[in-house]
Amino acid sequence: MNWLVAHGRAARLALVRLAAAPLNTLLAVLGIAIALALPAGGYELLSQVSALGSGTVATPQFTLFLKVDGERKATQAVVDRLKERGDIAKILILLREDTLARMKAAEGLADVIAALQKNPFPDAIVVTPADDSPAAIEKLAAEARQWREVELVQIDAHWVRRFAALVNLARTGVLLLATLLGIGLVTITFNTIRLQVMTRQREVEVSWLLGATDGFIRRPFLWHGAQLGLLGGIVAWLIVAGATLWLQSPVAELAQLYGFSLSLQPPSVVDSFALLGVAGFLGWLGAALSMRQHLH
Amino acid sequence: MIQFDRIAKRYPPDITALSDVSAEIAAGELVTIVGHSGAGKSTLLKLIPGIERPTAGVVLVNGQNVGSLGHGALPYLRRNMGLVFQDQKLLFDRSVLANVLLPLEITGFPGRDAQRRAEAALDKVGLLPRAKALPVALSGGEQQRLAIARAVVHRPGLLLADEPTAYLDAATARDVAGIFIEFNRVGVVVLVATYDDSLFPGARRLQLDHGRLT
Ligand SMILES: Nc1ncnc2c1ncn2[C@@H]1O[C@H](COP(=O)(O)OP(=O)(O)O)[C@@H](O)[C@H]1O
Ligand SMILES: [Mg+2]
Repeated sequence: MNWLVAHGRAARLALVRLAAAPLNTLLAVLGIAIALALPAGGYELLSQVSALGSGTVATPQFTLFLKVDGERKATQAVVDRLKERGDIAKILILLREDTLARMKAAEGLADVIAALQKNPFPDAIVVTPADDSPAAIEKLAAEARQWREVELVQIDAHWVRRFAALVNLARTGVLLLATLLGIGLVTITFNTIRLQVMTRQREVEVSWLLGATDGFIRRPFLWHGAQLGLLGGIVAWLIVAGATLWLQSPVAELAQLYGFSLSLQPPSVVDSFALLGVAGFLGWLGAALSMRQHLH
Repeated sequence: MIQFDRIAKRYPPDITALSDVSAEIAAGELVTIVGHSGAGKSTLLKLIPGIERPTAGVVLVNGQNVGSLGHGALPYLRRNMGLVFQDQKLLFDRSVLANVLLPLEITGFPGRDAQRRAEAALDKVGLLPRAKALPVALSGGEQQRLAIARAVVHRPGLLLADEPTAYLDAATARDVAGIFIEFNRVGVVVLVATYDDSLFPGARRLQLDHGRLT
């Protein structure tokens, strides 16, 4: 209870101090907001865009398309060759008749297929290697490409992998950015609190002489830092949410060109609270470091 | 209440402020510390709340060895003392009342009672009508009385004052000295460093000369 009262007093005092220097507060809050908005926005964009890739199954497999009018013997030969190997987990044979039948059954395609003079599809074999590393798949696919019966080898998950790699790279970038700007944020509160301690030197000294504990003296400064961080976090949230709405339709249009539907959303409730929590904590941290450096 | 046992205090590089000071101050006493400028009066007072630590010897306050108290324990020692500093150390960015409230905030005194106590302390030194003013608007004598109100607001058992009547005209000095005498009458131990102890009739005198008691 006493502890609560003490913190309540310190938090109120810190708010008064924030309001007492509106320009300094504004500058610090804007600096913090920008330092937070960049990585937070990047994170949001990434997590929403990367969800596109995860919808597609990135099964480690590839498809061998044989020659369009190749003989069934050739298909059998390829199947036998694959079965002899020890490094194949599974093969699925798609005979051209079956493919044609499936296409005929497909809504809207029946007429087109009926108009065809002959079956345009080749036999195909879907191969799942035992080793699902991208390198192993590449190697097997390259080997199959050399086979005379094989017209085309298509690695199905190719774009998903590339996309995932790209997202991974971007994620690392965002992490790096977040670290650097997080340090920036701590620096901003560190410095703001340093100035506060300097202007309140006399108050600090007198309080100490009159029997104030270190905790009593520190608390308002720590709250000040946390409040700056929190305010910065709120402004950063507004920036990110605003940018999301602003970018929503151009991004949706762009995504549509690539055959996806993507509607950017403002940060989720969990993400929003995480942002505010991190912001408040980093503000508090900057203040705590500043206290260590500048008190006594 | 307070015991000085063979105290020495040296400031770097080699200034001897006090040497071989032994004295005892009992409950209920009014004691003046007199001596020329630089005699060591302020230094002796600062040893009591642990603002300075003795280079040698022991200072006991209510049986507690002040010199051996850690940084974290000093605030609690000071809360039973009222300090009037030579340079007053008022906070000029807040009202007279807010200055007096500070010791109560420090001790975690609840809000409404604190307000009432602060006003009572201001009333005692005749400053209640100036409660809302800023300290700069006060005269020298009023500032001194404000410093006293702040020192006594938390009702300490021990009042330490460093030249509280310096720079005041004779009449004002007498008024201010009278306040200390009144507090002593109600049982507060009062220790005053002063150049003129005629203002404190009946006080016991500790005479310092170049850091030694004479
Ligand atoms: N913080 C300090 N650093 C160095 N010397 C000091 C300090 N405080 C006081 N002194 C010296 O110690 C001696 C005693 O000072 P002080 O206790 O202030 O005397 P008084 O209060 O009787 O004038 C003086 O010579 C003074 O210059
Ligand atoms: Mg002095």
